[in-house]
Amino acid sequence: MTEIMNAVSAWAIPVLVVVVVAYAAWKRIPVFETFVEGGKEGFAIAINLIPYMVAMLVGLGIFRESGAFDLFVQLLKPITSLAGIPGEVLPLAIMRPISGNGALAIVAETMQRYGPDSLISLIACTMQGSTDTTFYILTVYFGSVGVRNARYSLKVGLLADITGFIVSVLICNLIFG
Amino acid sequence: MINKFWLFFIIFGMIVAAATGNMGKLTQVILDSAQRGVSISLGLVAILTFWLGMMKIIERSGLTSILVRALRPVAKFLFPSVPLDHPAMSSILMTMSADMLGMGSAATPIGLQAMKQLQELNPDKETASPAMCTFLAMNTSSITFIPTTIIALRAASGSLNPTMIIPTALVATCASFFAAISLDRFFRYLQTRRGNND
Repeated sequence: MTEIMNAVSAWAIPVLVVVVVAYAAWKRIPVFETFVEGGKEGFAIAINLIPYMVAMLVGLGIFRESGAFDLFVQLLKPITSLAGIPGEVLPLAIMRPISGNGALAIVAETMQRYGPDSLISLIACTMQGSTDTTFYILTVYFGSVGVRNARYSLKVGLLADITGFIVSVLICNLIFG
Repeated sequence: MINKFWLFFIIFGMIVAAATGNMGKLTQVILDSAQRGVSISLGLVAILTFWLGMMKIIERSGLTSILVRALRPVAKFLFPSVPLDHPAMSSILMTMSADMLGMGSAATPIGLQAMKQLQELNPDKETASPAMCTFLAMNTSSITFIPTTIIALRAASGSLNPTMIIPTALVATCASFFAAISLDRFFRYLQTRRGNND
């Protein structure tokens, strides 16, 4: 199992790159020029991310260094341990459905704190990578067409997020634990 | 919502700092954290540039259309109320493909287009149709093959193996997707049953 997982993580990106470039060349796309054209947006996206990152990291920094974070984790431990989610990733689990960039900043802070290849960080990264920003998508998608009654959509989105979180914890413990 | 969250971090943090005598550290923490926010963001430039370049090639070459064809039977099963030749169906398929390839920014405009076309099929314009609910469930839990931003962030944070989380994220994303689709069906079943009993 672990060997398959390692192979997937080693091969996924190189194989994708080769397939994409080869297919595009076969379709007579000027691969280099197209790549450069698309890549131009990369800098702007990173720059746009700065205020989110600064705001979230400052807020989290205060929360963490004051000792509030530990208090918070201790208080909620009985509830989270029931679901098997480590307290350290709880702020991420709460933020994930609310703000994508906010959650990304929490993941960055988690990696800074525990090391990027620690079990806690791997769980955080898996959680971040496995679901999308439920509240944002619900607001934007339904808002754009004027639907007011979203029926059971919020319930479904959040329960699916929780499923993703629990499975993230389980699979990371299994593979990396 | 995010406003309350941020406010809570800062106010609650300050109160605890005052109570535990950690106040002296906080000024330095604020300055250091801001600095880190900037350097992490800039650290993402390299991989974002690379990935967006790849995305452009995927977009131009029409690679998504192959995925669209492969996904058609899945979409037919997920959206029984949408006619196969309706424009909404092709928008739904395009959104699914873009999501899978991690093209988040490209997926949103197509997704909104799909919502507009689903709204045309919706008899009650203020209430979400079953197809819309399924589409939302699909999107909030979208299956992503390669979580590019997270890989970039791991690389920027000095990970020895940034792609290590691809397989675990794949397992988790599939789990949340299947949960979303099944819950969507389950809640719809409950609602229609309740509706019939009234």
